[in-house]
Amino acid sequence: MAQLADLNLRIRSKNAGPFTITVDIFCPDQACFDRLCKSFRTSAVASALGLPESEIRRFEIESLRVVKLSFPRPVVQGSRLDRDIHGAQFAVLFEHITVQ
Amino acid sequence: MTRVLIPSGVLGLAYDRNALAAGVATRPDIIAIDGGSTDSGPHYLGTGTSKYSRAAIAAEWRDLLEARSQLDVPLVLGSAGTCGTDSSVDWMVEITDEIARQLGQGLRVATIKSSVEPGSLAQAWETGKISELSDAPLLSTSTLLSMSNAVAVMGVEQIVDALSTGADIVIAGRATDTAPIAALPIERGDCPGASWHAAKVAECGALCSTHPMSGCVVVETDDCGFEIEPMHRQAKCTPETVSAHMLYENADPFRLHEPGGFLDVRDAVYTAKSNRRVRVQGSSWTGSSDYRVKLEGARLAGYQTTILALLRSSHYVQHARAWADRLLDLTRQRIAASMALTDGEYSLEFRLIGIDATLGPLEGNAANPLEVGVLGIVTARTQERSLEIAKLLNPYMLHMPLAADEELPTFAFPYSPAETPRGPLYEFCLNHVLQLDDPMEVFRIDVFQAGVPRV
Repeated sequence: MAQLADLNLRIRSKNAGPFTITVDIFCPDQACFDRLCKSFRTSAVASALGLPESEIRRFEIESLRVVKLSFPRPVVQGSRLDRDIHGAQFAVLFEHITVQ
Repeated sequence: MTRVLIPSGVLGLAYDRNALAAGVATRPDIIAIDGGSTDSGPHYLGTGTSKYSRAAIAAEWRDLLEARSQLDVPLVLGSAGTCGTDSSVDWMVEITDEIARQLGQGLRVATIKSSVEPGSLAQAWETGKISELSDAPLLSTSTLLSMSNAVAVMGVEQIVDALSTGADIVIAGRATDTAPIAALPIERGDCPGASWHAAKVAECGALCSTHPMSGCVVVETDDCGFEIEPMHRQAKCTPETVSAHMLYENADPFRLHEPGGFLDVRDAVYTAKSNRRVRVQGSSWTGSSDYRVKLEGARLAGYQTTILALLRSSHYVQHARAWADRLLDLTRQRIAASMALTDGEYSLEFRLIGIDATLGPLEGNAANPLEVGVLGIVTARTQERSLEIAKLLNPYMLHMPLAADEELPTFAFPYSPAETPRGPLYEFCLNHVLQLDDPMEVFRIDVFQAGVPRV
């Protein structure tokens, strides 16, 4: 078991328009990418974000060794309750997700 | 083959001037640059104003006017003034005219206006011409009618039309980031998949290279692919930096929807042509049977005032959450008693900087901070009312003890007055597409002379 934060990977979170966040997890090598594909669960992302799993789109891009997740913003960008206009801090939530 | 020079990811963000000069030396057929985004929030569309300073935009636009004149090719700006409203296009025209006069240039300028009247959108909604995209907010006729500004997002068709007027400069309202770059290659008959893909990779300038802040890149599109090269001497484009750009701010890394169809890059092959230049082939464009443009709209959501207090003594830092809960409770009672406002007539929130101000309820970590900033955010129907509420909060945020029998504390205000009126708050209310019978249906092209009279 390890947290993503311990795996020497880079996690980037960005807005994809005002209503969607997209998070790219860049793996340093193939072994790490394979490990994430196998044991990094979308359900764990769903619980970290407080979203139903069905609302998370997942892509595994082998040529770039990237796992990408896109999901609706908890609140619309820039609306009264938004805390992070550019959505970049969602990456922090991913750091603490564990994989086998 | 079409060669497009992209000076940077957005006008106003700065670029390396040597890289721009190197780009000009490649003799491009057109210079294309993006001027906008929704990424900084709804304020800019709501007010119809620019995020970047006029001075920064004018300085860069001057460079580009000079480069254009040297090359005698068209210069296209997409999404003028951040939000691309008609007011931002007019603002850019004013800047263009001013600089052209200083440079002694006489220019044929074409503008493409893209603002849409809320009333006409309400009509389109009622006749079923507006449909929602993923994660869209609920829409109603009254929401549409309450928008302060709305724009339709153009594709290549409108820019091609503007170029066909013989314009030296095209100043476009809201456009997709890619359209200004893809327009000429597509008009000339280069591979549409390659043209759109080249535009997507180059839309943020040198972000698709090893030196993201250097700005300038050049793309060359042809009948079966495209090549890209950064213009800064040390920057490199590699198959990895180029293919990775499809991830950037894109919910789907393989597919990009544009007016009139979509780009699919699943079968794209990226080949290094040198240690800094990449060739891409295999991306495809699928045209759709109908022509849809994305809509963006913002509406007023109240007026805000903020107030910030700093807790530094360890007793209050340790109990910051309980303190903020008590603060909310007492101030709500006070607002009801002295201003006769019900909870629905204003909103009040305290964010604890140092505890969970960034992630809110999603924050899973607890650490002991040295100090806590308590940021009060008041939203009400008028600026005066939100300021009045914040003034009412002021003595509580300065002196409120945790318990009634406690000695009166005094916290730190970082400035005077502690209250900061923030002006209007806007919110995005559209993630929808509008079906058009003709690509020009909601866009308007005007052509005129700017700068000094032409001889």
